[in-house]
Amino acid sequence: MTKEKDLSVGHGLFGTSGTGDTSGFGGLVRSVAKPGSSERPYGGYFDDVADDLERAYPDFSDAIERVVVDRDELTLHVKREKIAEVALILRDKLLFEMCLGVSGVHYPNETGRELHVVYPLLSMTRNQRIRLEVSIPESDPHLPSLVEVWGGNNWNERETFDMFGIIFDGHPGLTRILMPDDWRGHPQRKDYPLGGIPVEYKGATVPPPNERRSYR
Amino acid sequence: MSTMQDPYASSRETTEGTVFSVTGGDWDSLVTEIGATKEERVVVNMGPQHPSTHGVLRLVLELEGETVTELRAGIGYLHTGIEKNAEYRSWTQGVTFVTRMDYLAPLFNETAYCLGVEKLLGITDDVPERASVIRVMMMEFNRISSHMVALGTGALELGALSPMIFCFREREKCLDVFEMVAGLRMNMAYVRPGGVAQDLPPNALSKIREVVKELRRDFKDNDSILIGNTIWMGRTAGVGYLDLAGCTTLGITGPVLRSTGMPWDLRKMQPYCGYEDYNFDVVTADTCDVYGRFLIRMNELEQSLRIIEQCVDKLEKLQGAPVMVADKKIAWPSQLALGGDGLGNSLEHIRDIMGESMESLIHHFKLVTEGFRVPAGQVYAAVESPRGELGVHLVSDGGTKPYRLHFREPSFNNLQSTSAMCEGSLIADVVAAVASIDPVMGGVDR
Repeated sequence: MTKEKDLSVGHGLFGTSGTGDTSGFGGLVRSVAKPGSSERPYGGYFDDVADDLERAYPDFSDAIERVVVDRDELTLHVKREKIAEVALILRDKLLFEMCLGVSGVHYPNETGRELHVVYPLLSMTRNQRIRLEVSIPESDPHLPSLVEVWGGNNWNERETFDMFGIIFDGHPGLTRILMPDDWRGHPQRKDYPLGGIPVEYKGATVPPPNERRSYR
Repeated sequence: MSTMQDPYASSRETTEGTVFSVTGGDWDSLVTEIGATKEERVVVNMGPQHPSTHGVLRLVLELEGETVTELRAGIGYLHTGIEKNAEYRSWTQGVTFVTRMDYLAPLFNETAYCLGVEKLLGITDDVPERASVIRVMMMEFNRISSHMVALGTGALELGALSPMIFCFREREKCLDVFEMVAGLRMNMAYVRPGGVAQDLPPNALSKIREVVKELRRDFKDNDSILIGNTIWMGRTAGVGYLDLAGCTTLGITGPVLRSTGMPWDLRKMQPYCGYEDYNFDVVTADTCDVYGRFLIRMNELEQSLRIIEQCVDKLEKLQGAPVMVADKKIAWPSQLALGGDGLGNSLEHIRDIMGESMESLIHHFKLVTEGFRVPAGQVYAAVESPRGELGVHLVSDGGTKPYRLHFREPSFNNLQSTSAMCEGSLIADVVAAVASIDPVMGGVDR
């Protein structure tokens, strides 16, 4: 398995800055990479899923950017223009009848692919699970809606819009769902602060959780 | 009442028609007043503080007479930002957050989260058997206590008071077991990555055997009141219809899915925590209605008791076995002890780190303040909660805190089906349908 480019780069050890660093650990640079693409054979039923999809979908090599098998889970990275086609074929031909939600992830370091949308799929007929992942740029956060394919995605896409500001084109009513209607910003993005106020206790001040010293 | 002046929501004319504010009082005078308008269509805002909406759920009902023509659910009143908050705490602290999501099924939240963390760490097979058995036993007690609320409040909302009294009596016994084992009655943070927080107290198994015996005896009270009861059947049979096709497209799982005759239960289909080693049946119904879901919950109680009995047998054989992974870089260093006022520090451990071993103190300090690092990647782990598939999507960037934590809440997904179940039915059936979904707003809004 190849490694992808750096997911995050951490500096220092315990998040100290501005104080004298007598240990020298403050100069540590730590970079972490996500699991990269996998090569065949993927193992288990993953090869069957990939074979079935290739047979049912002629544009497979064009639409699927890469296939990642990690921790016994199969992830298909799909181009965003093709996600609706792939989803429909997975539902109708490969019998993945259920989409278990829409989860967003924000990777500010991945220039041009900052926002990821993850769809865990379940086939009750095959008793199998796979995952679809789409990455889109923050500057153009549009993605075709899959409500037509799996009706249950309605609320899930609204939640992902609410939390990440991803606009699902074709959604029947893309409004905020958890936050108030007039809320500004999208709370689950990494550049959105957690907030919180410092707490004074017996003369000392405990900073809010996002400002405490911690391993970053 | 409509004539009453409410400073926050006064009766007024709008472009959509007259707005009436109902806060209790005489129904007849309101009906007379509404009857004076020529409009047949009435939009009723039910909740978010209505006692029959299972928490802070808001339903906007469009009515033609007593028939619901359109229903929209408004949620978000209990949003607490747990998913965001967890990104600023260590992996172990995450348990304390997620246990507060679906507050009627805290152990399922904890277990799903811990299974995810363990999968990310690659230690799924290293979790000791005794820990898994304890998890299963606690989850099944939790399933009973959650179903007791579903059945009790569901019956209460339809006007039957006695089942609620019985259900809460039984629920109390399950909470007593939680208190005995974990020190707390809810939000226990008992399941931890790598195992459970502490071993069972002495004599726990014999007490649990007694509780199982009592529960099995007392469940009959509810059975005899509700099963086959003419009034209950009249309110529930044929109500809130949702078939298999509706369930699959809407992503509905749990008792609602099983009420369509689909025997889908993750404990059987995709076992976790060693569920493949237990004998139990998946309960289904084929009526697709509220009565079917009610029967499923009633019958699942007995299946849970069966599993608990098998757990107790296993635990007797595993006496003294570890309940936390052997890897000291992951396992929580302090073995907690249960005192009179709940879980606390074990004196033995304090003596060790404060008085005997400097290295133990350093190790304790590092692991508790820093936490452990989890290799980068993402996983999805799922358990069968009382409400359906509870999934957790975890992303790690190789750090000591979750990079992203997302819960696939069965309540959230199942609640979407209220429109499909209720449109075209009578307004009185809306309450029955919502009760049969058993949404917990803490889980819906997270």
